[in-house]
Amino acid sequence: MNVPQVLPRAIARPLRPRIPRIGSTVFKHLVLILVGAVVAYPFYFMVTSSLKEFFEATSTPPTLFPTSLHFENYVDAWSRQPWGRFFANTFFIAGASVAGEIVTAVLAAYAFAQMNFRGKNVLFALFLATYMMPGEATLIPNFVMMSKAPPGVNPFFPIPRLNLYDTYGAQILPFLASAFSVFLLRQQFLAIPKELRDAAVIDGAGHLRFLWSVVLPISVPALVTVAILSFYASWNSFQWPFIVTSSEAVRPVQVGLNAFRAEAGSQYHLLMAAASFVVAPIILLYLVGQRFLVQGVARTGIRG
Amino acid sequence: MSGGAIAQSERAASRRRRGLIENAQAYLFLLPAIAFLGLFKILPAVYAVYISFFRWDVVQGAFRGLDNYFDILWQNSTRSQAWWQSLSTTVTYALITVPFEIAIALVVAYVLFQKLRGRDIYRTIYYLPYVTSTVAAATVFFYVFHPQYGIVNQLLGSIGITGLKWFQEPDGIFQMIGNALGVAVPDWAAGPSLALVGVAIFSIWHFLGFQILIFLGGLGNIPLEYYEAAKLDGANQWQLFRRITLPLLSPQIFFVFTIATIGVLRAFNEIFILTNGGPLDTTRTVTLLLFKTFFQQGQIGLGSAMGVLLTLVILAFTLFQFRILGRRVEYG
Repeated sequence: MNVPQVLPRAIARPLRPRIPRIGSTVFKHLVLILVGAVVAYPFYFMVTSSLKEFFEATSTPPTLFPTSLHFENYVDAWSRQPWGRFFANTFFIAGASVAGEIVTAVLAAYAFAQMNFRGKNVLFALFLATYMMPGEATLIPNFVMMSKAPPGVNPFFPIPRLNLYDTYGAQILPFLASAFSVFLLRQQFLAIPKELRDAAVIDGAGHLRFLWSVVLPISVPALVTVAILSFYASWNSFQWPFIVTSSEAVRPVQVGLNAFRAEAGSQYHLLMAAASFVVAPIILLYLVGQRFLVQGVARTGIRG
Repeated sequence: MSGGAIAQSERAASRRRRGLIENAQAYLFLLPAIAFLGLFKILPAVYAVYISFFRWDVVQGAFRGLDNYFDILWQNSTRSQAWWQSLSTTVTYALITVPFEIAIALVVAYVLFQKLRGRDIYRTIYYLPYVTSTVAAATVFFYVFHPQYGIVNQLLGSIGITGLKWFQEPDGIFQMIGNALGVAVPDWAAGPSLALVGVAIFSIWHFLGFQILIFLGGLGNIPLEYYEAAKLDGANQWQLFRRITLPLLSPQIFFVFTIATIGVLRAFNEIFILTNGGPLDTTRTVTLLLFKTFFQQGQIGLGSAMGVLLTLVILAFTLFQFRILGRRVEYG
């Protein structure tokens, strides 16, 4: 949040009030560098190992730098599994989930923030309840719903059987709405000044028009935050796709990496190459969209 | 006179009409979200309870009432033993993870919050594990801790500790320390297996950035004047931290405590990749037991009952967190 321009500087609270200095600067940097080294080492090990030759990657003790660089490991690892297919699947699943989630969340959040209707409080409590419901509660029933009804079992009652096992649908449909995104956007839409709505009413604009031409354009940062958090969750998800898919045709990258673990065995140089290209897109997204991701996490406290 | 009354009632009618339209519009706006949340979140929560009342081995069988729950909790000795052992493993996992997560993140955030060059670079690095997928990160971690090829055993070897099997080691760490020192450690004091300690180290590493992020936000809310006033009164560095920072950061510490505990209760991917519940079931937490019961043994009814029990525990923590933090919101 920016400090409003009209405030004199003396009144404006400094953006980062600092704690009084402790210890020497050198000592503090030493602490931070040590922690940073421990945190970053696995990434370093992943990338350097991915460039080693087989015998070097499985040598005792491990070498700190590769003695020679083997970029062909990436080609080799890439050819062992249909990675292109896995990446395309993941991009499609994540893209569809993000798009759907944004649409449903924008509409619901707008209703909660800017409209008056009967039962608003009850419905809001319902959304809050779904937000608190952990995934463990719904894992098994959702799996049963996605599977095909066995012969002689009513496919509609008591449990509807969607017959979507091993499809994109099973990996997308459950993520097309998120109570969390509704809350995040509602918070944003509540902050829109009432004068803007009044002006729009005088100009004869309905809710949809107001939402499209006024609310959305000034809410772009919040929308980007929702999109990034949602994409990130979709890209990294493992347990659900692992359970509801079996064929390579619809398999996402995380499940593919798990399958490759078994195939690669002790060929750690190839496994590390695969891990590198699986994490590369999400780390790239993090470096580009860090501001939004950090803001989103800080504002909402989602832990993933 | 009467013309005015007609106009008035017309205005009231049009207001009512507008209210109706607004209601209809609002429900139309809410419909997509309610439909998807209802189908994949609310109904399944009801079905979870429904399924848990049946013998349901791949296909639905006989109604059993609460017998699945009784089996898990005491009636069936194999089942109940597995359940209580898993619960105890989960609690141990929480005890060796959450306090360290909080302490390390608190120290790092406190140092990082000060005016320093390169703060942004440090922060970018610290958040890296948190954005990396658990599957990829755990795959790399397994290699880093590999008994022969990993760097960890090489470093430990240089201080005289050799041959640790990490994710394949079922022995308790206190027992291992006792053996090394030639002291006989009784079974009840064997401690968590080295494999579980390895999983805990992974969790601490993976979520450090998240914890730091929350603490940095909390530190930013503490007014500088408090420190200045305390310094005028002659407070030293430790007193500033102990009497001002720590109490004013307590909402964030409490938040991290509950969310990290819930995270541990729900942890699955990292354990699945690192140990798959082994060795000798010493890392088989409740989520792993649930997964094996439901997915590998096809005992859907029993698995669902476990899911309901686990959900109740998680919900208790969530409600506890909402209550306490709800009360403290104005304060922070």
